[in-house]
Amino acid sequence: MAERAQPLTGTVAAGLLAAAAIPALILVTGGAVLTKATGASGLGPGDWAAIRFTLLQAALSALFSVALAVPVARALARRRFAGRSLLVALLGAPFLLPTIVAIFGLLAIFGRGGVLNAGLVALGFEPVSIYGLWGVVLAHVFFNLPLATRLFLQGWLDVPSERLRLAASLGMGPGAIFRHIELPMLARTAPGALLVIFVISTTSFAVALTLGGGPRATTVELAIYQAVSFEFDLGRAALLSAIQLGLTGAAALFALSFVGHAGFGAGLDRPTRRWDGKGAMTRTADSVAICLAALFLILPLAAVLIAGLPALISLPDVVWWSAIRSLGVAAASTLLVVALTLAMARAAVRRRSLARPIEGAALLAIAASPLVLGTGLFILVFPFADPTRLALPVTALVNAIVTVPFALRAVLPAWQKIEADHGRLAASLGLKGWARLRLVELPRLARPLGFSAGVAAALSMGDLGVIALFADSDTATLPLQVYRLMGAYRMEDAAGAALLLMLVSFALFWLFDRGGRVDADA
Amino acid sequence: MLTLEDVTFTRDGFSLTADLSLAPGSRTAIIGPSGGGKSTLLSLIAGFEMPDAGRILHDGTDITPLPPSDRPVAMLFQDGNLFPHLDVLTNVALGIEPVARPSSAAQKRAREALERVGLTEHTAKKPGALSGGQQSRAALARLLLTARPVVLLDEPFAALGPSLRRQMFDLLVELLPGATILMVTHDPDEARRSAGQVIFVDGGRAEAPVDVNRFFDAPSAAVSAYLA
Repeated sequence: MAERAQPLTGTVAAGLLAAAAIPALILVTGGAVLTKATGASGLGPGDWAAIRFTLLQAALSALFSVALAVPVARALARRRFAGRSLLVALLGAPFLLPTIVAIFGLLAIFGRGGVLNAGLVALGFEPVSIYGLWGVVLAHVFFNLPLATRLFLQGWLDVPSERLRLAASLGMGPGAIFRHIELPMLARTAPGALLVIFVISTTSFAVALTLGGGPRATTVELAIYQAVSFEFDLGRAALLSAIQLGLTGAAALFALSFVGHAGFGAGLDRPTRRWDGKGAMTRTADSVAICLAALFLILPLAAVLIAGLPALISLPDVVWWSAIRSLGVAAASTLLVVALTLAMARAAVRRRSLARPIEGAALLAIAASPLVLGTGLFILVFPFADPTRLALPVTALVNAIVTVPFALRAVLPAWQKIEADHGRLAASLGLKGWARLRLVELPRLARPLGFSAGVAAALSMGDLGVIALFADSDTATLPLQVYRLMGAYRMEDAAGAALLLMLVSFALFWLFDRGGRVDADA
Repeated sequence: MLTLEDVTFTRDGFSLTADLSLAPGSRTAIIGPSGGGKSTLLSLIAGFEMPDAGRILHDGTDITPLPPSDRPVAMLFQDGNLFPHLDVLTNVALGIEPVARPSSAAQKRAREALERVGLTEHTAKKPGALSGGQQSRAALARLLLTARPVVLLDEPFAALGPSLRRQMFDLLVELLPGATILMVTHDPDEARRSAGQVIFVDGGRAEAPVDVNRFFDAPSAAVSAYLA
């Protein structure tokens, strides 16, 4: 379509409004934070320790995740075995898995009374502690090893098969193949993977909340939470929020250029035909890498299942009520994500010059720490209303805002393709407005939209972040309830609630994603 | 009468000028090297591209500011002439009523049009379930219903075999006997058989139409270079 002096249509106005909501929210909450922060008196030694710890654990998490992902991805890229596609699918699970559920599972394996320590003690060794730096890093590796593996696996599958054929016909050994083919790919992929995982690890609040703490293992976000919840020092919380904003903002925006097509494992289930790696050594190494990675992913989930199943039927009422609240939050958040994404993508497609600004506005949400958004909203709301009464709407809003960039990344390219493929036909028939949306665009967007809604629902269902700032016992969501039960050492109920949370999160994703695939033929 | 009056169009280093008229009911082949602007010429007439200067007139009315659907022009594209997720009947009914739920009257007329192109059995199928020839017939059925006086063909039957391609063109002429037809083609034989005149598009310029026999029998230097 030609772009001539075009009037501001309703579509474009709605899209711009939706896109502006994100920077506006960041600016308003950031402004609220800054006005409060000026009152605080500099950074104490504890704050510096929090900054150092945040950077250290994020760097270690990124390093270990990436280093361990290389052998796993390599093995997956060149081996065929029963259950391979299942394992590849499983690599997508931690993204949707509620953090608190993963932590429950990790504690069951690596915790004080866990399987690992039972084994160590039986063999006469000292038990190890999961709390502190190494526990935080372990949890982050659990979440990000699969992500890094998927990035590398994509890298391996992107290596043109001609190159591997050439290597085979030249008789290159494993060393030469690694040097000339695999190393360049790793060098291209690794910096992006490191950066993305670093950023994710600086803003993962729930891990630090459960496994960190104390003077030696407090992250900036955890310090914010403690300043708000325990010391009720809003000035200090605001100052720390400003630091967190600076810490993640720059790195996140920088990292975005790398995440391009870190899809959901689509197309990753075809192994490339290779002629190397036939030796017994590499076979063994690959088998070990695959087995260890699979165990690392499956054992914590299995532990939740085994511990939770007996407790599931006898869960106390508070758990069920919190589950209902969480479902409400997830529903509201999903609805908001879908509405914002559709409005933004539609405007970006109708007015092509707006595509980049709209995408840019959405990406800002990645740079914003949800906890900082929450702190800002807390500061804004506090003079007028009891924050606990707004806990659920605020949680839904913040969940939605941070999910919009993912949804837009799935929906906008699909919509642009629809426009390229069918835009001229629709225009020549005079299909406009609702008819065009209903007949042409929504049916063809069903898949990415269903996927996005599924991600939005699962992430919101499992979110343990802002809610911790706002909630009291009457407004707890299911993840917060799990955390509280764990804190009260009611481990059976916690296990049942964690299992419930895991099942509901996965079920929500499955339902929406499935809904988008039904009738999506041709 | 379709007239392009001093039309110029420039985009990303590519430019096209055209100043020509086509008589009602005429059939014109558009010939020229790839990237010369054949498709752009059709896009300008259809309204998918806007000229930087000049006007496009139909029977004396300036249609330059009109959106594609308000022009007296229908176009068949190289591919994507049917929505793949809608059944054939809906695809055709959209030619009369571009709304979310075409009325039963529109559906009835669509059924009649599909009958005329021999697709009575296939109304409920999705385009993917049809052969290439059947898909072309469905697109022609919709063309019949939109009933626009000017028809642009951007090689819509290119994927079909030569005899099927001829059949489709003959069916089009049979369905819309008085239509002004402009068709992009690379095949001199097809041009001789189907068109009365030729527009040669090369080097950013669409020449005025020339009688098809004169075009091929006494070609200009540029045309000889292209045909050789």
